[in-house]
Amino acid sequence: MANHDIDITVRRGTVHALVGENGAGKSTLMKILYGMQKPDEGTIAVGGEQVSFSTPGDAIARGIGMVHQHFMLADNLTVLENTVLGAEGLYGISGRARDRIMELSDAYRLGIRPDVLVEELGVADRQRVEILKVLYRGARTLILDEPTAVLVPQEVDALFENLRELKAEGLTVLFISHKLGEVLSVADDITVIRRGTTVASVKPAETSPKQLAELMVGSELPSPETRESTVTSTPVLRVKDLRLTATDTDGAERAVLDGIAFTIHKGEVLGVAGVEGNGQAELVEAVMGMRELESGSVTLDAEDITALSTRARREGGIGYIPEDRHRHGLLLEGTLWENRILGHVTEHPNSKGQLLDLRGARNDTQRIVHEYDVRTPGIEVTAASLSGGNQQKLIFGREMSHHPKLLIAAHPTRGVDVGAQAQIWDQIRAARREGLAVLLISADLDELIGLSDTLRVMYRGRLVADADPATVTPEELGSAMTGAASGHLDHGGDGAGAAQDAPRPAAEAAVPRQDAIPDGLRKASADASEGSDAPEGGDAR
Amino acid sequence: MKKFDKDRMVLAIGAPLLALVAALVITSGVIGVTGKDPFHAFYVMLDFGIKSDSQVWIINKAIPYYLAAVAVAIGFRMNLFNIGVDGQYRIAAFCAAVLGGALTLPGFIQIPLILLVAMLVGAVWSGIAGLLKTTRGVSEVVTTIMLNFIAASTIGYFLQDGRLAVKDGNLFHTPDIPASSHFFTIPTTPDPIDGTLILAVVTGAAYWFVLGRTRFGFDLRAVGRSESAASASGVSVKRMVVTSMVLSGLVAGLVGMPTLLNKSFNYGTDFPAGIGFTGIAIALLGRNHPVGMALGALLWGFLERTGTQLEFEEYAQEIVGVMQGVIVLCVVIAYEVVRRYGLRMQQRQVGEQLAKQARKREKKAEVSA
Repeated sequence: MANHDIDITVRRGTVHALVGENGAGKSTLMKILYGMQKPDEGTIAVGGEQVSFSTPGDAIARGIGMVHQHFMLADNLTVLENTVLGAEGLYGISGRARDRIMELSDAYRLGIRPDVLVEELGVADRQRVEILKVLYRGARTLILDEPTAVLVPQEVDALFENLRELKAEGLTVLFISHKLGEVLSVADDITVIRRGTTVASVKPAETSPKQLAELMVGSELPSPETRESTVTSTPVLRVKDLRLTATDTDGAERAVLDGIAFTIHKGEVLGVAGVEGNGQAELVEAVMGMRELESGSVTLDAEDITALSTRARREGGIGYIPEDRHRHGLLLEGTLWENRILGHVTEHPNSKGQLLDLRGARNDTQRIVHEYDVRTPGIEVTAASLSGGNQQKLIFGREMSHHPKLLIAAHPTRGVDVGAQAQIWDQIRAARREGLAVLLISADLDELIGLSDTLRVMYRGRLVADADPATVTPEELGSAMTGAASGHLDHGGDGAGAAQDAPRPAAEAAVPRQDAIPDGLRKASADASEGSDAPEGGDAR
Repeated sequence: MKKFDKDRMVLAIGAPLLALVAALVITSGVIGVTGKDPFHAFYVMLDFGIKSDSQVWIINKAIPYYLAAVAVAIGFRMNLFNIGVDGQYRIAAFCAAVLGGALTLPGFIQIPLILLVAMLVGAVWSGIAGLLKTTRGVSEVVTTIMLNFIAASTIGYFLQDGRLAVKDGNLFHTPDIPASSHFFTIPTTPDPIDGTLILAVVTGAAYWFVLGRTRFGFDLRAVGRSESAASASGVSVKRMVVTSMVLSGLVAGLVGMPTLLNKSFNYGTDFPAGIGFTGIAIALLGRNHPVGMALGALLWGFLERTGTQLEFEEYAQEIVGVMQGVIVLCVVIAYEVVRRYGLRMQQRQVGEQLAKQARKREKKAEVSA
């Protein structure tokens, strides 16, 4: 049972936020409201009239539209074409449709350019196209599924402006999130959902992030903050002059990594911030040995590993938490113990000589499940049947079980519920005290600032800025991530650090639009977020 | 935990049963349309199929089928489609026959030598496809089909009088292998079972062991399940493609051996062709499982054996072909349906069980509070 005893009332013309941990049942509720799934019992009423949806079509007919977390757009079509696709009957496919689109765009200040190809748009623009699509189909109630997960802070603000605009026009927005700060800033009403049921309805004015978090998890809000520094002077990972090129779809060769150099010491967490698609994924793959380098060297613990295979690097003490656990971290149709072997098949307790040690692997899987609190009825179930958070705990447990010298953690708590997030943070901190070096890549700026000892910002394949996590703010990082600031970020007047509202003249060339993200960048970042649209086992808890 | 295992067992056995029942219903319909009594046809088949000479015939027929299925299955477990088992076993058997016919060594040396040559040639033939895939990115489906044609033409060229063959009535064949190099037979009545059964059993056991119990097998299965995850885990996918193609070819090389060493003792123009394709059907039928494929191979033999008998009862003989086709189709569909259903069911069960645990915990907390 994913949901039970859900009571939620959304007033017309408001932004209503639905908050809860991952796996609390938000997505299931959304699917029911949008007609993708039928409730076993209970009723839904729209405008006082009881309704029953058996397909999304029914929901659309009632004026309910959904903006999915993973965008449903055809890259090789224009915005206009994407919008009319499947709704050709409404306003035709050309003149009238264009008029309607511009009318909507102006009314809600969406800033739509109908003739641009979607593949040229960035994440925030794509999201606006998704919103437009829903409005075009006549929606009066919009459901947004974690719309801010893929945006940088400045883009989030722009989105919230749009939402307020929609509200002002009398539309209703149902907004799903687990980022409490955002929820408090934009919502008129908040409903908290926990373990599949509604536990509270509150007004933002009458609550605080702390209270909300307690309602969400039934305990205190975890914080990623690390206290004392454990950085030593022994280098673990040394990366020098890394350069990597890739051929893009037009056949042009471009550098995806250029002049990357850094050192991570024992007990140090190096955080890399950046809009997705700026080379972070490639950096990780380069260190893991999954990409062939153009030039540069990688040294692990004084040993040059540039020429070593991925397996040799793993055996040499690199742990890897991949960005996309479905594609790179798990065999979804494999059992938990098979997944425990994955990546460490040559190591104890998974094998003896050339043979697998099935009993050893099974026993150790039991241990990981127990120690890392993987919620599962057993180790013979497939990885796909676990929720995202539990999959991640399994991966984390697996990697930590081999006592790595270096942990590469790419978005280690993405799509993970608050409880698991706190646990993973705690364990990273504990391992760091023991001398683990961590390369942390994350889109969650609070996580980066809270966990890292050193921060670097990546932009278009280069490390363009560094910052001290003790003093830097998310906004400052945000401007460096969009290329609006570089160098050392600190509070020294309105130099680099304060660039968010008024980009300095030198940086302006890189900021063609108000929302401050250059084109090529946005494209890459959108691709990255769509690539992760793997079969989802996470929601079916 | 037991529950999940039991469910999985039910699903694993349920799928082929379901498929067989569906296939029987459909073929009944087809026979019915031709104006005959389907139940009588099934009765005739069963009655004839369980006669002891039929049993021996079926087992002997199933041996090469099983070997071919294993060869195909090695590819399938890796997400590779080796459609070229047919060409691989034919060119392998041909080379082995030429060598066997030319030498007169003691059997205990010559038989292993013949087997070795056959396996090597099969491996070279499939290895070409593997190399082309990793170096040039050519799909193995295309190359193995092409290599089938090349194999057939090459054999055709050499299988002529004055080249590597001798003329025998209307047929051309390679010189006979000396009697000392014939494979043993298992004396059963009324006919003996081919000793090459041992090859099939050993191959099946090795297949199970290597894939299920070794590091290499784990890597291979990992690539088959998710290439990206395997590569991130440290498997060199390219090397694995070549290795598994070579392994598939090694086994494919054995497919012609039961015929060569137990029956024909030479490679002639009448050497059976097409077993490689039958192997694909049986690998699908047996779900790449060593025991499942054995049952599939036996079923195939049974259908072929009893199909001939149907003719005497004035049924169209093609009905067996229809039956085979329908069975494979039903099986493939049933597996996919059951696989998806199983995954979904498990997700739901896991969710329910966890929710139950969570509620229990909460209740306990309330009580103690």
